[in-house]
Amino acid sequence: MNRLKKLSKYQVFWPIVIFLLILLVNGIVSGGSFFEMRIVDGHLYSRIIDILRNGSKLMLLATGMTMVLATGGTDISVGSVMAISGAVACTIVAGGGNVAVAILVAILAGIVAGAWNGLLVSKIKIQPIVATMILMVAGRGIAQLITNGKIVTVNSDAYYFINGGYILGLPFPLFIVAFVVLLVMLFIKKTAFGLFLESTGVNPISSHFAGINVDRIKWMVYTFCGMMAAVAGLIESAGIKGADCNNAGLFIEMDAILAVAIGGTSLNGGRFSIPASLFGALIIQSITTSVYAMGVAPEITQVVKSIIVVVICLFQSKAFKESIAKKLNFRKAVKQA
Amino acid sequence: MKTTRRIVAAMLSVLMLGAAFTGCGNEPAAPTTNDPSSAPVENNPTPDNGGDKETDDGKLKVGFAQIGQESGWRDAETASIQFYAGQNVDTIDFKFADAQAKQENQIKAIKSFIDMDVDVIGLAPVVETGWDAVFTEAKDAGIPIVLVDRMADVPEDLYATFIGSDFIEEGKNAADEMAKLLGNKGKIVQLEGTVGASAANDRKKGFEDQMAAEYPDIEIIASQTGDFTRAKGKEVMESFLKTYGADIKGVYGHNDDMVLGAIEAIKEAGLKPGTDVVTVSCDGVKGIFEAMVAGEANVTVECNPLLGPIFFETCQKLKDGEAVEKWVKSEEGIYRQDTAAEDIKTRVY
Repeated sequence: MNRLKKLSKYQVFWPIVIFLLILLVNGIVSGGSFFEMRIVDGHLYSRIIDILRNGSKLMLLATGMTMVLATGGTDISVGSVMAISGAVACTIVAGGGNVAVAILVAILAGIVAGAWNGLLVSKIKIQPIVATMILMVAGRGIAQLITNGKIVTVNSDAYYFINGGYILGLPFPLFIVAFVVLLVMLFIKKTAFGLFLESTGVNPISSHFAGINVDRIKWMVYTFCGMMAAVAGLIESAGIKGADCNNAGLFIEMDAILAVAIGGTSLNGGRFSIPASLFGALIIQSITTSVYAMGVAPEITQVVKSIIVVVICLFQSKAFKESIAKKLNFRKAVKQA
Repeated sequence: MKTTRRIVAAMLSVLMLGAAFTGCGNEPAAPTTNDPSSAPVENNPTPDNGGDKETDDGKLKVGFAQIGQESGWRDAETASIQFYAGQNVDTIDFKFADAQAKQENQIKAIKSFIDMDVDVIGLAPVVETGWDAVFTEAKDAGIPIVLVDRMADVPEDLYATFIGSDFIEEGKNAADEMAKLLGNKGKIVQLEGTVGASAANDRKKGFEDQMAAEYPDIEIIASQTGDFTRAKGKEVMESFLKTYGADIKGVYGHNDDMVLGAIEAIKEAGLKPGTDVVTVSCDGVKGIFEAMVAGEANVTVECNPLLGPIFFETCQKLKDGEAVEKWVKSEEGIYRQDTAAEDIKTRVY
């Protein structure tokens, strides 16, 4: 019991519990078929794999978004940046270009977009939500310009591999996420960057006077966030073999912020946990998957999803948990008396 | 040093904003040679005289107020109408106005058409409301208005007719095609469009009603919205395949893009799209033709933008005082896999 209490102190504890709970409920409702695992054409094929693969985009976005939110900022342009990156890559591949070149240029586009956001926020001191709104609105226009307003379809197996490929029977996007998260975690834990990031979020002014280059840190995290959005855009467009500028990553910025919030990172900045956000992303994806799996009628899917989100947020709320605990304790006390 | 940085930053932001504006306004200002919105509206006598002369030569005078460039579909519609008018210069005097997606431009265009005393005014209304005044003006001048592909929210007596697609009919056609592909029996799934969109509602209703009435052995085992997008279509199909597996013999999508996404999901499941799981979808976009050529899709029910011929036929009837129906349904094409390789060459959108 004591051990469990210790474990529950970790920020990542509750998101994992919730994620497992959602899977468990699904397993019970479906009579176990939810966990069914098959091997099709030499790769694993199951709902769990679907959640991991479809959730990979959101996991990448949540990684970038966690760091942005840790500085007390926000980035609502990630969906549009996804559209830009997909448009760039697909246009190059469709024009007969090399897939590797297309990927590099697309990621570069994401870095430029992110750096632009960082510039507006850190140097010109525009409110983050307003600064990133510029690209959120203009980004889709830029993507449309690149593709001439059409859906560019690509038929390259190499490009499709980014989303649909398998290594050792596991989907390739999972390896991208693992690689990125590993690098980021090393960078945060093994250098002072994580500490600087947290202190920037808690109090930028005193951090500045303590000798931390707050502007540079902000610029870095926005650039990184843009880069993550570009990679997510590549995964998205590879999955549908085309760049759909109108719909790629539409409203996904909200999901990314929600993933971080469910992970328990405060939107006011400060303490953050990337693993917790990753599970937040998986929770959101598993909600979508379970709504489909349970065959909820299309007219009410949104409502069902939001009810689940509300319940989860209550679960994560300290004040709510305390008041429940108090009531339980009160009952216990009454029984004992 | 710091100031130069600020200046560079300011310049960059101006550049970026510039990009934003070109992003929004990439429709070229394209005044055609006989753009009526540039015609002098105040100068009444001149067009009247000209009008008298031209009515003498018996030509059909038509003014058409198009929305502007919006999608490949609309470009194809514009091209079709202009092409037909160009082929028949001897009998048709055609005025075209590009409204750049603004209602006030369309109203201006209609007013100048009235001043020119055309025989019929064609309009693809950019929005549904706010047309009563200008339609009444046209009615008082005795000029019938033909609505093309979009409805306007006005009393029925203010316009002569509406030419457009019948989504219910498309759903019905799709059901017939599905039944043919499956030999009248089997289990299928449905990918619905955005909840509440008229195209989604009607394509669902037409399809389901026809299935219930004519093909009782075909069962729609699951139906979920894919929001008209490829990504959602794929995700929903993945889930259907997990639940029902190889029981699914066919998929019906309210648009082609969702089915294009579903095709990827079907391949992922180790099944063959087009043979193991047949597809029927609506719209007729290029991607679905490519998939049909590759043998991965079966049928698309087209929502036809090539309205030129039917538009001018209707205008001629109105001029001659013949009766036209309040809703002229545009002809819908049905394209199948076996002819896709030929059809794709003639696709203009």
